[in-house]
Amino acid sequence: MDSIADMGGTQGWGPAQVPTDEPPFAEPWEGRSFAITVLTMGRISGRNLDAFRHALGRLHPVDYLVDGYYGRWLNAAELMLTDSSILAPGAVDARARRNLGEDVTEPPFPEPDRPDYKPTAGGSLREVDLDPAFAVGDAVRTKDVHPEGPTKLPAYVRRRSGTVTAIRPAHVLPDTHAVFEGENPQHVYTVAFASTELWGPDAEPFTLQVDLFESYLEASP
Amino acid sequence: MSSAPADRLSPALRTEALEQLLVEREPVDPAVMDKFIKTYEQDVGPLNGAKVVARAWTDPEYREWLLRDGTAAIKDMGFGGPQGEHMVVVEQTDDVHHVVVCTLCSCYPWPVLGLPPTWYKDPAYRAGMVRTPRRVLREMGLEVPEGRAIQVWDSSAEVRYLVLPRRPAGTEHLDAEALAALVTRDAMVGVAEVAAP
Repeated sequence: MDSIADMGGTQGWGPAQVPTDEPPFAEPWEGRSFAITVLTMGRISGRNLDAFRHALGRLHPVDYLVDGYYGRWLNAAELMLTDSSILAPGAVDARARRNLGEDVTEPPFPEPDRPDYKPTAGGSLREVDLDPAFAVGDAVRTKDVHPEGPTKLPAYVRRRSGTVTAIRPAHVLPDTHAVFEGENPQHVYTVAFASTELWGPDAEPFTLQVDLFESYLEASP
Repeated sequence: MSSAPADRLSPALRTEALEQLLVEREPVDPAVMDKFIKTYEQDVGPLNGAKVVARAWTDPEYREWLLRDGTAAIKDMGFGGPQGEHMVVVEQTDDVHHVVVCTLCSCYPWPVLGLPPTWYKDPAYRAGMVRTPRRVLREMGLEVPEGRAIQVWDSSAEVRYLVLPRRPAGTEHLDAEALAALVTRDAMVGVAEVAAP
């Protein structure tokens, strides 16, 4: 899906921030949000890292942006927990309002409904028996695909021609893994694109290197 | 969650509420969460990456290994784990400037750099670095010389990239420990150079 999370090349965000020294968590709630999300994505919700990223991508843009990085983690954790019926929709808001002294009725805990899913191994890297379809130096083109579900093909490199610069270890395919339709591991390639291929003849000169799954690519005509 | 900003509760209040609900609902130990938080506040951070860089600067064989098989060479220093399953190191040279971004989320090599800083997670960085990198770097305080090519690495899968900065001139007399103290997080992402002491 084309989600708010797919930000590459979008405009209107203002200048980049000048780096400063900062602690990992600016406020205590950010650390709690981090820890809650790490526990939630696997053990508690019965989901996985790709499902977490897909949850981030399914957030309303306001929920994605308004409270920053750990705010969106918190919202994605809540979405995964309601997806798996660990919590009822609205439960977090109701509890927070009760904590403020408001007279709010909390929804009861629902019956858990975790996905029927178990990883075949730890992490995301897998062995695949098939040989890679492409070699370093091959000219490739990204497909013109617009799935409703998750994808790791950034919109800004869709329908673009580039060159394979490296073959990486095979990974589980997030497109299916995130929605519990199988790990379907694939070869992953680093593909280089000229900036003019992405942004037209007046683009700043640079080379983009981006990691793409095999099924996103076809041989360049 | 609520998409209406007007009656939105603060994330601190919602985090507290979510944690309470989880502890009531599931066997969740708040002490386990404390340990996660402490790990990334105290143990896993850019000092790890700085040690890797300093060793590469002082040991040509290690540098060659690091560039050929980043994951193994980094593991040799004792660093690995989540968000570091497969790490690739790219080397700054006089001809090429490398910089790393994640446009889809904020993927970052946790074992060597810790959790990502605010600017790395900011939409302006994620969006702009793959469109006008020279301008974004300038906004962040780094002027890349004309004539030095820019390579932008968008970590859109599970490969995690670490930049091996250029060793500053005038540091020939320093040992690895002293060199590590010079290396910054920002230089290992590619938005700064390492300054001479």
